[in-house]
Amino acid sequence: MSAALALVLLHLAGAAAMAALGAAAWARWANVALAAAGLPLALLAGPGAEGAWLSADPLARLLVPLAGFVGLTCAVYSAVTLDAERFDAARARLYHACFQAFLGANHAALLADNLGLMWVAVEAATIASVLVVAIHRTPAAIEAAWKFFVLCGVGIALALFGTLLLALAAGEATGAERLSFAALRALGAELDAGLASLAFLFLLAGYGTKAGLVPLHAWMPDAHAEGPVAVSAVLSGLLLNTALAAVLRAKAVAEGVEASVPPGALLAALGVASVLLASVALWRRRDARRLFAWSSIEQIGLAAVAFGIGAPLAGLLQMAGNALLKSAVFFAVGQAAILAGSQQIRDISGLVAARPALGWGLALAIAGVAGLPPFAVFLAEVALLFEAAARAPLLAVTVGAGLAVAGAGLLRAALRLCFGPARAEFARPVPRAVIVVLWLHLALAALCGVFAPDAVAALFARAAEVLR
Amino acid sequence: MSGSLAYDVAHLIGGGVLLASFLLLYQRRVAALIGVLAVQGALVALAAAWQGVVRGEAHLFATALIAFAAKGVLVPLLLQRIVARLALDRAVETALPVGASLAAGVALVALSVLVMLPATAGSAGALARVDMVLALSVLLLGVLMMATRRTAIPQVVGLIAVENGLLLGAVGIAGLPLLLELSIAALVLVLVLVAGVFALLMRTRLDSLDVTLLGRHRGEGG
Repeated sequence: MSAALALVLLHLAGAAAMAALGAAAWARWANVALAAAGLPLALLAGPGAEGAWLSADPLARLLVPLAGFVGLTCAVYSAVTLDAERFDAARARLYHACFQAFLGANHAALLADNLGLMWVAVEAATIASVLVVAIHRTPAAIEAAWKFFVLCGVGIALALFGTLLLALAAGEATGAERLSFAALRALGAELDAGLASLAFLFLLAGYGTKAGLVPLHAWMPDAHAEGPVAVSAVLSGLLLNTALAAVLRAKAVAEGVEASVPPGALLAALGVASVLLASVALWRRRDARRLFAWSSIEQIGLAAVAFGIGAPLAGLLQMAGNALLKSAVFFAVGQAAILAGSQQIRDISGLVAARPALGWGLALAIAGVAGLPPFAVFLAEVALLFEAAARAPLLAVTVGAGLAVAGAGLLRAALRLCFGPARAEFARPVPRAVIVVLWLHLALAALCGVFAPDAVAALFARAAEVLR
Repeated sequence: MSGSLAYDVAHLIGGGVLLASFLLLYQRRVAALIGVLAVQGALVALAAAWQGVVRGEAHLFATALIAFAAKGVLVPLLLQRIVARLALDRAVETALPVGASLAAGVALVALSVLVMLPATAGSAGALARVDMVLALSVLLLGVLMMATRRTAIPQVVGLIAVENGLLLGAVGIAGLPLLLELSIAALVLVLVLVAGVFALLMRTRLDSLDVTLLGRHRGEGG
């Protein structure tokens, strides 16, 4: 059995076990153990045998270990803060089972060489995350989950239609291979050009909904704000990257043909719209988790622009940076919200004075998301602006303006959340594990950024190569 | 079997599915909506079975059987139960007048024809071409229905209609691998959604289940 298959099966078996035993007091640590067992498998997953359904291409070899790592830290964070969510036995079972099912489905979607399997995996991940977003059953949570389900339901329906069109474009001759990415890419210009272009439109709209690209982003802020905190980190850290990777695979296939609509330009246009709308919208947020969800829309938009104009390295750095830094932000904001008893920005202030390790960690993570050095997002944004300036100066100016507005908005939020007079509630102790995972994420984001060792840089370069 | 008969019957069934989509847009009562949905599900199952007869592929019969059991019988019965239990059978609340929805529906069908026929001009067979036009029309009409209905049950019906359109498209593609698996996965989504609505209604008793009422709970105070 390949490492890729073992990884997916491990989490699916974990989900089944958690559905039965997830209410036990030790279940939260079993959840951590399962995620930890997955990490080495995620690192080992390599190219599968000829015709294998699960196979790690260079893109998956970058994104699967990243997803495995963020999944593990989210499990740790969830284990130490679970009491604050006040789950009863049934909800604890549902929560842990969905957590594992989500990890398994997310890995399967990244590793799938088969469009049909990828679609099923993305759908399963959607169902698991919707159930968790609704878990508190407050009207706000149900509203968030309903919006998530209806929008993403339409999104994955469009993606399935795109999948069907791509299979039609491949023609009957390819037989059982006609849903395989590798086979579709190998066909290249032999694909039916009109159908492949049309298929890309549907796949972009479908998976773009899941990636939170404007104008299909409406579910993002509410879903991030109403579920358990660990889920916000999982959504921003894992799901968005997986959905964007699905778009990128579709783009790679569609670029093989002489297309009437250039796939890159479409992706870049959605990206620019996301950056501009999010940079303005995040100034008006009062809820801290909604603010950072909008920031994720902006970051995915930047990555889409980078991939769209043909700068995949910048895009990948952006995806990795956002996954690591945004989940760090959610860990810290979630902990602060637990202490303050509210996730409104006005109710949280003075974290640095009261809880230096938590406060500085949050301040650094927000600064990193805003694009300050030494983190991966900084490198990505510099590279993106240079590439854009070389190809389309007007685009560079537009994206640069969006970046500046969003960065200023984020730094304003960082000032409000981290500095100023400390609240009395912040004197209560913070679990040490929260601080550890927070700083671990910061360290790794710096490792993918300015301090990247050769091995990490090579991982990014190889992944960028397949998207070129 | 003669090629032209196979084509004509497939065409007829596909047209029936599209007609059912227009009836869904036109219906003003929730119970009637569910009845039309059951007919549409049965027609899609028939389309799959007919392709099974024409092409002699066994897995198409399995797809047809599952589609009939789930979309033609089970899901409509469940929805009807929800409606009866909660006395929800009243006029469908629309965000767009029915006449305007029908006009928009015709425009969407025209759009599908304009989009699909040139795109499939190159390689796809005649059956697949017409089939994909019908499938895209049914899909877009389902999305239109979801966008223009205010309450949860008609929105769910819209999503199931979208899935019906997808299945209609999938059975028309000769030799599509994973057809059965994909149709089952799509079905799971529908079943989870219906179960979700059921659970939601039972637990919270938001009696109208008007999802615009949920809009008040957006957490940011509007």
